[in-house]
Amino acid sequence: MSPVWRTTLTLAGVAAVCATLVAGTFTLTAPRIERNQRAFLEAQLSSVIGPGRHDGGLLERVRYIAEGLPGTEPAAMYRVTRDGHTVACLFAVTAMDGYAGPIRLLIGIRRDGTVSGVRVLEHRETPGLGDKIEPARSDWILGFAGTYLGQPARWRIRADGGDFDQITGASVTSRALVNAVSQTLIYFAAHRHALLAAPESP
Amino acid sequence: MTHRYAAGLWADNPGLVQLLGLCPLLAVTTSFANGVGLGIATLFVLMTSNVLVSAARRLLIREIRIPIYLLIIASLVTCVDLLFAAFAPALDRSLGIFIPLIVTNCAIVARAEHFASRNGVLPSLLDGLGMGGGFALLLAGLGAFRELAGQGTVFAGMSALAGQQPGPGLALLPGGWLLLLLPPGAFMSLALAIALKNLLDARRAASGP
Repeated sequence: MSPVWRTTLTLAGVAAVCATLVAGTFTLTAPRIERNQRAFLEAQLSSVIGPGRHDGGLLERVRYIAEGLPGTEPAAMYRVTRDGHTVACLFAVTAMDGYAGPIRLLIGIRRDGTVSGVRVLEHRETPGLGDKIEPARSDWILGFAGTYLGQPARWRIRADGGDFDQITGASVTSRALVNAVSQTLIYFAAHRHALLAAPESP
Repeated sequence: MTHRYAAGLWADNPGLVQLLGLCPLLAVTTSFANGVGLGIATLFVLMTSNVLVSAARRLLIREIRIPIYLLIIASLVTCVDLLFAAFAPALDRSLGIFIPLIVTNCAIVARAEHFASRNGVLPSLLDGLGMGGGFALLLAGLGAFRELAGQGTVFAGMSALAGQQPGPGLALLPGGWLLLLLPPGAFMSLALAIALKNLLDARRAASGP
């Protein structure tokens, strides 16, 4: 049995070396990781804006909306401007009723209330069925672009008597997405003036 | 003597023979790209942890050797996770929780205990290369099989390995047997791989001297 002081010193020494290693790597990679995360979010946001020029700097024009949008957490809203004039609002919402847990969505709505695009940020739906909500696997989610409240008339999936085709074998997933987009459109219609106006609350 | 280090590739493969590290093995092998990504990460951790444990083997005290292994392995895995997030962010998102979970891959502690703590730095490095290589090849092979048989594609998301946005891959078959992409398919694929290895070994034993 080794003396206690030797055991203690050895463990402390190894811990110090390991902590230095991790701290060093963290310091070296932190700026790059942060840049990657911003670039990823910006790329995601740009994918739902649709065609047309905008001012950029989306991450600076964000506000958080506590209630009224799908999800239990406050939803982020990014304002898209062209020459300082608001052209669209992007909502990061969460559909809580996915088949295998919450589905995080990005929904772009133009000034006139039409959907510019919808993308899934994060989901755990069944591979091969529910994951057809990813644009890499199926065009289904692209079908939201150009819709608005009233076009189509019934914002439900066909299985529920609505006008949206569901993904075969994934009607729960499809229903969750259609409901989330429709709830966001209704929220936008009700709060349009406040949402389109600057400035964001800090 | 080089034969000893190649044992991890086939005769003593950590996944096929020792049945170690099955949690990541079964969970991430839904595509070739994921298998290769986690395989490279595990290989790197195994080699560096073997080298560090071997270099520190004279300092090791019997009673606290396990906490020391875990400290070393956990630190290395954290570093790998940070490096992936910095240089291959798309792959990092795709592998998600399974990079931190390399810590719990018992194949790594097993090599530290059985090999690196008793051998020199260079043999430990080679042992890590052989064992990690065997594990990585199995991950890549299972990933390729499950991806092709499960959804009919190869190399989906491969561009994530180079830090680009993942693509849909090449569609070779019109579809696949979805079950193979789900957890039961992981067990079935691994069972097939083990059966195939045993079959080949039995053939060789029968035809050999």
